[in-house]
Amino acid sequence: MAVSPPGTRLTYDAVTRAIARTLGSPGKGYFLLLGAAVTLLGIGIVCLLFLLRYGLGLAGYSHPVYWAVFITCFVFWVGIAHSGTLISAILFLFRSGWRTAVYRTAEAMTVFAVMTAGLFPLIHIGRQWYFYWLVPYPNERGLWPNFKSPLIWDEFAIGTYFTVSTVFLIMGLIPDIAAVRDVATGWRKKLYSLTALGWRGTNEQWRHYTRGYLYLAALATPLVLSVHSVVSWDFAMAIVPGWHATLFAPYFVAGAIYSGVAMVITLLIPIRKLFHLEDIITVHHFENLAKLCLLTGSIVGYAYVVEYFVAWFGGNPQERAAFWYRAFGSFWWASWTMIICNAFLPLLLWFKKIRTNLTALFVISIFVNIGMWFERFVIIVVSLAGEPFERWSNAGYNATWADWGIMAGSFGWFFMWFLLFAKNFPAVSISEVKEVLPPPRRAGQGRGVHA
Amino acid sequence: MNPLAILTAIFRPPPTPGVLGVFGHLDATVEAVDKLKAGGHEGYTVYSPIPRHELEDAIAQPVSPVRAFTLVGGIAGCAIGAWLTLYMSYDWPVVVGGKPVGSVPPYVVIMFEMTILFGALTTILGIAFNALFAARRQGTIAYDPRFTNDKFGIFVPCGPERAGAVEQLLRGSGAEEVRRA
Repeated sequence: MAVSPPGTRLTYDAVTRAIARTLGSPGKGYFLLLGAAVTLLGIGIVCLLFLLRYGLGLAGYSHPVYWAVFITCFVFWVGIAHSGTLISAILFLFRSGWRTAVYRTAEAMTVFAVMTAGLFPLIHIGRQWYFYWLVPYPNERGLWPNFKSPLIWDEFAIGTYFTVSTVFLIMGLIPDIAAVRDVATGWRKKLYSLTALGWRGTNEQWRHYTRGYLYLAALATPLVLSVHSVVSWDFAMAIVPGWHATLFAPYFVAGAIYSGVAMVITLLIPIRKLFHLEDIITVHHFENLAKLCLLTGSIVGYAYVVEYFVAWFGGNPQERAAFWYRAFGSFWWASWTMIICNAFLPLLLWFKKIRTNLTALFVISIFVNIGMWFERFVIIVVSLAGEPFERWSNAGYNATWADWGIMAGSFGWFFMWFLLFAKNFPAVSISEVKEVLPPPRRAGQGRGVHA
Repeated sequence: MNPLAILTAIFRPPPTPGVLGVFGHLDATVEAVDKLKAGGHEGYTVYSPIPRHELEDAIAQPVSPVRAFTLVGGIAGCAIGAWLTLYMSYDWPVVVGGKPVGSVPPYVVIMFEMTILFGALTTILGIAFNALFAARRQGTIAYDPRFTNDKFGIFVPCGPERAGAVEQLLRGSGAEEVRRA
């Protein structure tokens, strides 16, 4: 698998220059995007202040729907976080060379998405100032969290995931920061000298670094699979029809990677254009991402079919009623948005013409993002609203301006961090892109390795 | 010795004397390493913008001790996860449905996450101890900013009496630039 098409000979120096150039002074377009992100965040903060002042009633919760948009957003953002580790750890262990051009963006996205996700349980608990009650530490209350509850497993899983993915991102950044340090000038040189932690690329440093990176990847791989499994058990361990299914762990993991890869495509297409990285991130990379989308999207589509089949074939009247409500009840529009966006639209990716057309890919990736948000909404809100043993109190739930405002704020928060990162640190890995290039040899160019 | 001199010795140590060769090609660098080894030179440092197996094989260093950090951290994490869940369950027993207070299956999730968490953090510590502190130790040897871009380099520590021979060796292997430090 060639990384760059034959004919274009990228040199090590060209890679360093191209990526170091992205850190130059930002243009008007960048500030416009950053301004939009900060405005969204501001809207979210104002809504959150109202929520703090007047309580969770503002968020439209009504019996039996007490998990709604905030938990939907939580699962959505945790899901987005999954492709980063998939691309940086799992594909690293599989030695796929194409990951090198896209993994840094995916990994940064992971860290910021987990940061966003982590806010929602705190928003959702209502009395945010008691959040530390979740943390198991000796205290005067003499009360420990219940370790048999999936909510506590989740806290451990998300906490570990955030820590490990942050550490993984920083690890990968060190040699690249050293590379931009050595070509930077002014205050940036000072910043990078400090953050490169004395990296010089000596044999002694690489020896420990490559070994450690391998072990981090090996640890992150089971972690990424476990995190969304644990998130799915938040639901699957409860007896609500529509939640209580053994299918949930693989179904959620596939969905998470699906939405994450879609988000990588959504972010990379404008970044590539904005930073002029066409030589480094090629159509070939996008095609591979699209194939990953197609694979995980098919698994998600299959899971939808299995869910409905089991509801019918299992013969449990409550389960049947829940799924009937899901497809034809008052939230039918949400269910069908999810099925069309996630299961049908990505079938277009079977065509190579569409996989290699960036505009089409961008549009499809946005629809997948929308579809995956609605998948979580359907699973959480619609299952609760349609609880058959609560028939008398169905419907009634409507998301409010506070829900939408805080959700918009979460997008602002995510994009703000991402944009700040992309302009200040190399958004494409310098050393790893070089690794897949043929190294300079006296006897002509050799072959690159699939690192 | 006055305290200022001690501080200077720690924070501004004098540069290590030696010879620095700058290479444009990977195979030339490998050749130079082979020749240095054959000539009985020790303590040399090889700079490279990326990790390459050719260099690794030529230098033939032992496997990094980072793996021991990972193993110990992982085992410690698992043990801490088990202790955390079991001790706290028995410290504040909540009996539900006649089930055992310390039921291991649900705790496996927490033990697993703690294994990963501690394993990853000790791996980072292992890298920091070994690689970043090596950077501090190696802070006195000559460096060229092109080494993180597109050049390879070899620094051979030696006194002025051997410097001429080392210079010749590096040039003979195809160094683009050789200078004394």
